[in-house]
Amino acid sequence: MSRKKLSRRQFIAATALSSAALVTAPYVRGAHAAGKLSIGFWDHWVPGANKASTDIVNAWAEKEKVEVQIDYIPSQGNKNLLTIAAEAQAKSGHDILAMPTWWPHAQSELLEPMNDVMEGLIKQNGEPNGTVKYLGQLKGKWLAVPASVGSQIKGPCSRIDLMKQHAGIDVQALYPAGAPPKADSWNLDTFLKAAEACQKGGVPFGIGLGETSDNVDTAGAIFQSFGAALVDEKGNVTVKTDPVRQALEFYKKLISFLPPDVGAWDDASNNKWLVSGRGAMIMNPPSAWAVAKRDAPQVAEQCWSHGFPMGPKGRYAPYLSYFWGTWSFSKNKEAAKSVLKVLSQPDAIEKMCVASGGYDLPCYEKLTTLKVWQEEGPPKGTLYHYPNPHNHQTLSIAAAPAPPKIAQQIYTQATLTKMCLRYHKGEAMEKVLAWAEGECEGFMRS
Amino acid sequence: MADVALQSNRAAAQAARKRSSLHKMLRRKSTVAFLMTLPLILLIATLVIYPAFYALHLATLNKSMQRFVGLSNFEFLFKRETFWLVVKQSCIFAITAVIFKALLGFIIAHFVHNIPAKGQRKWRGMLLVPWVIPPAMSTLAWLWLFDPSYSAFNYTLAFFGIGPISWTGDANWARFSVILVNIWVGAPFFMIMYLAALKSVPEQLYEAAAIDGANWWQRIWYVTLPMMRNIIAITTLFSLIVTFANFDIVRILTAGGPLDHTHIFATWAFRIGIEGSDIPLGASVSLFMVPILAVAAIFILRDVNKRGNEA
Repeated sequence: MSRKKLSRRQFIAATALSSAALVTAPYVRGAHAAGKLSIGFWDHWVPGANKASTDIVNAWAEKEKVEVQIDYIPSQGNKNLLTIAAEAQAKSGHDILAMPTWWPHAQSELLEPMNDVMEGLIKQNGEPNGTVKYLGQLKGKWLAVPASVGSQIKGPCSRIDLMKQHAGIDVQALYPAGAPPKADSWNLDTFLKAAEACQKGGVPFGIGLGETSDNVDTAGAIFQSFGAALVDEKGNVTVKTDPVRQALEFYKKLISFLPPDVGAWDDASNNKWLVSGRGAMIMNPPSAWAVAKRDAPQVAEQCWSHGFPMGPKGRYAPYLSYFWGTWSFSKNKEAAKSVLKVLSQPDAIEKMCVASGGYDLPCYEKLTTLKVWQEEGPPKGTLYHYPNPHNHQTLSIAAAPAPPKIAQQIYTQATLTKMCLRYHKGEAMEKVLAWAEGECEGFMRS
Repeated sequence: MADVALQSNRAAAQAARKRSSLHKMLRRKSTVAFLMTLPLILLIATLVIYPAFYALHLATLNKSMQRFVGLSNFEFLFKRETFWLVVKQSCIFAITAVIFKALLGFIIAHFVHNIPAKGQRKWRGMLLVPWVIPPAMSTLAWLWLFDPSYSAFNYTLAFFGIGPISWTGDANWARFSVILVNIWVGAPFFMIMYLAALKSVPEQLYEAAAIDGANWWQRIWYVTLPMMRNIIAITTLFSLIVTFANFDIVRILTAGGPLDHTHIFATWAFRIGIEGSDIPLGASVSLFMVPILAVAAIFILRDVNKRGNEA
């Protein structure tokens, strides 16, 4: 076989020609020149709400020439948690993945820092609320970008008519639409009296004491109103303290005015309670009201979302935040950060919020007065106070201020509601506290 | 030159011998059988053996999965009050459910066996329905029946002035409810296995027993039960394993509540591992089923083997 030899001169000439051709050739950008991006969004409860995020991402993808694949992952059956765990184990998966509350901290070692994204967003949208900082930051590093989609406050949603009729409380006067709250008298004593009156009137408050999120969130806010924490921010167990005892005493009284089966309630139970017209109040974002609007309009038009009652140590409301995280092993981090910036622009946030009927709640201080909450109804203004527009209450999450990895265990194991139930069932206070102390010590493992 | 020729002859002979031994091996029945089962062996290795060893590996890591901690996770579990509650409940759940499933299956199998052959198939089909429906779906229906606020059972009981019963809110009733649903789902499996066993008992044995003057109970005790012993042992073992590892019924009906009083190994492992982001501890909880089931399997299978040898 003959073999042609390439001389040094020929090699240099060929290389020079090819380089010149490459440099001078016109740049033809392909349809997906900037590569691929896979996104795992949370599958929204509200029908049609996913379309808003799809549209925003598709518009960005077309402009940036990125091939995007979006998966909507439901939280029913904890499918989103299973996906997070599986991708963390496999070190492979979506470039962006929606993570609820505790998961940025739980996966902190595997997440790409988002400080470069957050700096610009904070300048533009204002400071995120304290709960988001607590859940999304670790030693000054942003673990993920707060998502407006899925984030919510689980405040009281009261029946205007029943609260007036049985408890003599006009919730619209306490929380007037379009104006700051006039709710100084709305404290835990008033709340307890109202609970008793409504229970006697046959329409008890629907506050669960099961082990799911809605139940734990309410207990968390009430414990915080008493200044009660099971573990402090330094990780010290603070179960055997007076605020915890006071919170348990309060709950013992409250439980006697609640439906007898609240120990078995899950996240759907309170919604059903409100929609069926059997209760005067539940603690929930406006999803229950939205369902009532469809299935029981006569109930929906009597619903009013408002703030939590004030306790001896302040007025706290549970804020549950979703985040969008990018794995450190993601293949297209730059594209991921680019689309996250677009999704966090005020117009995009408003678009997604409107699509969710006001359910989604951005965490930024400049974005709590969107039109959607002022206009949604019936009754008009029912959601005005839902996003805490006047910073009337401190947004928090159950088990805070414990270090998030410990708090996650307290939250997941529903230690607060279990303590309340144990005490209500007749277990001695000190025995309940000793049990909770043992549990918290177990949660310290690293 | 002669050496070279000799060497090449030897090599050719060796190659021929190798070819013929490979040929012989391929013709051996055991080799063919092995090759035919190889896909299954590979499937089991991928889906069973690898995950099992991976779970073992996970159970030896610390919470953040960055450090080897040996048996510390098990040591930690042994000190937890909730863990022992889960062990106790898993045993109560599995043993009670299996006993009742076996008992009900045995009784129903007898009823079905005594139905004339013409209508028997219809009854067999109907009785298998609970076992055929995916448990996640049928348990949802049970959840509505037991619903804390809108229970259909309570609605019915109210007509007789009974209740309301907190089916899933009271610890004892909640345990009763999850066991009841498990029995409902699992009893048809026992029924069909026992029915098959009953059909294989030779009629002559009953005739001989009748001639000897054996009554109904004696016929069951001295003929039916000894003839069904192996099938009873195997179905009990199989059901014990499946019931111990149950997840869907408890997860859907009570999610382990109230106050952790219905948690079993699988549901508690899920709560800790997935919901609590502590995968190593979750893996340790789920692995704890292995020694319990292994002991049960050894005893039951040894008994079956012994009787097989005696026969």
